[in-house]
Amino acid sequence: MSTLTTPRTPAAISAPGFAQSTWLVAEREIGSKLRSKSFLISFAIMFAIALAAVLWAGFAAGDASGTPVAVTADAQQYVPEDDALEVTDVADRAAAEALVEEGEVEAAIVADASSPTGFTVIAENEVPSSLLLGLAQLPSVELLSPEDAPNVLGYVAAIGFGIIFLFSAQAFGATIAQSVVEEKQTRVVELLISAIPVRALLAGKVIGNTVLAMGQLLILAAIAVVGLTVTGQTELAQGLGAPIAWFAVFFLFGFVLLASLFAAAAAMVSRQEDIGSTTTPLMMLIMAPYFLVIFFWNTPVVLGVMSYVPFSAPVGMPMRLFLGDAQWWEPLLSLVVLLATCVAAIVAGARIYENSLLRMGARVKLAEALKG
Amino acid sequence: MLQLQGITKTYGGRRVLDDVSFDVRAGRLTGFVGGNGAGKTTTMRIVLGVLAKDAGAVTLDGAPVTAADRRRFGYMPEERGLYPKMKVLEHIVYLARLHGFSKADATARATALLEDLGLGERLQNNIETLSLGNQQRAQIAAALVHEPQVLILDEPFSGLDPLAVDVVAGVLQQRAAQGTAVLFSSHQLDVVERLCDDLVIIAGGTIRAAGARDALRAEHSTRRFELISAGDAGWLRDEAGVHVLEFDGGYAVFDADTDETAQRVLRRAVAQGDVASFAPQHPTLAQIFKEVIQ
Repeated sequence: MSTLTTPRTPAAISAPGFAQSTWLVAEREIGSKLRSKSFLISFAIMFAIALAAVLWAGFAAGDASGTPVAVTADAQQYVPEDDALEVTDVADRAAAEALVEEGEVEAAIVADASSPTGFTVIAENEVPSSLLLGLAQLPSVELLSPEDAPNVLGYVAAIGFGIIFLFSAQAFGATIAQSVVEEKQTRVVELLISAIPVRALLAGKVIGNTVLAMGQLLILAAIAVVGLTVTGQTELAQGLGAPIAWFAVFFLFGFVLLASLFAAAAAMVSRQEDIGSTTTPLMMLIMAPYFLVIFFWNTPVVLGVMSYVPFSAPVGMPMRLFLGDAQWWEPLLSLVVLLATCVAAIVAGARIYENSLLRMGARVKLAEALKG
Repeated sequence: MLQLQGITKTYGGRRVLDDVSFDVRAGRLTGFVGGNGAGKTTTMRIVLGVLAKDAGAVTLDGAPVTAADRRRFGYMPEERGLYPKMKVLEHIVYLARLHGFSKADATARATALLEDLGLGERLQNNIETLSLGNQQRAQIAAALVHEPQVLILDEPFSGLDPLAVDVVAGVLQQRAAQGTAVLFSSHQLDVVERLCDDLVIIAGGTIRAAGARDALRAEHSTRRFELISAGDAGWLRDEAGVHVLEFDGGYAVFDADTDETAQRVLRRAVAQGDVASFAPQHPTLAQIFKEVIQ
């Protein structure tokens, strides 16, 4: 027998803790993404489109000098004194409605005791967005022939929330899936998990990609708010402020939920070519809220359901907040539902990830991955 | 010293490891041989904590191996792989940091090691741009950068040309000489035979033989001798207690029943004519392997 003993951990190094290992992994995820040209280019394009859209919307709204409106004497106090409106004074509500029907004015502003804001906007079939943007408070609206009544602002907000969620979740979900499979396919994963706990690796990946996705989202939100403020649309910026803040909070947990599931789904296959076979259902989950919010943004029942289903809540709840449909406690309740789902997804995801990570070759069956 | 005691592992009802016990001693090279599917990789993964064991214990100097101990294990998986798009130095630094080194310390160690391995010019190249041989060197750096006290290498010689085999063998011997416990598996029995101090043979998930290489050889050696003489050795066939295996003029290979018989044969051979060589034949590792796995 040799008398040599294997020296235990010398003083020179100390084993990094779970948090430190997680952060090292997250740091690598972020670093490698930030150095990827395709990521930087696609983000630059997204940034440019968002900036252009916000500026266009802002200037288009600000450009509306001369929108003809009829105003009754008792509603004068609600009409902003700027060049955006070409005001025709009318005697009473009946006269105002007549002008609207004749098409002389695009809308009429009349005092209305039953409206919370004290006045109502009357229009033929659509309220000019420039008018709504110009008013300090969103008034109640009365449409004379409401058969098709697209509220442009609501529609724009629906597309905005829907598309940002769709793109960010899809892009970073795919990133996390590719990164998991890359480690399996190149077999570097064995080296990694011989050094750090599997859960630290998973947590690092989820955190790294969440930081990137949130960073991107916050930059886009800043563009929206700053852009609208710069172009003078402060009221709209204020109206959007709270929904955007809620969107960011919901997005954070919604993304962690999706990221855990993406990592788990990707761990079940061994080659990049097979990623689709396990991540397609997740892609559907991401796309569903986008299409639902575009088709049903003005259907309160669908939107109400969407705002509580964890996968669509990040789009549905901010939308309802923007439309003013949600009670103050609703986003909190929805957030609790989302958080609970998130925890469940992390637990299940970590299990699948741990059980599948070293199984190379054929796709791991879900039941086996969960059972171990 | 790393010890495995009674390791058992079952996969979906199939027992892939059954009561696996052996030692990997510090300062020595332990060869781990077995056929495909014998359980080598599974055993190594269990030692590294990459796989969970069903039963048994892995201890280091008598105490159960902890996660902190494993940070001081170096590993080369059978399936090689590093991140293709990471730079060589950056990658090795990353792995060193995962093992607990500070950034500055990791960078200094990685740079020195890569330079030793002849990759000094390639530090800033992406892994994917390296030749296969250089990727293998980077892989060795990945296993060694944190100065492991226990080295576990799964098929470190597979896919290497003879010169690269010598380079890797040299690195392993050097580490062992510094007191590292080294366990390596290989299908190349001649390399294992030449290199290892201790030997573990596994088949069907059970350990068939384990111990010092020379002791194993002695244990499995029969009284087989090779005789090269000037005269005709035909008389051997009539010697009592001798079984001739090969015969060609003055050349013969034979088994003797006792040591006395062998000595008697030698005396007679000398009496018959000049003897160029009379030597006991030790079984090769390949022979021992075939014998014990049956």
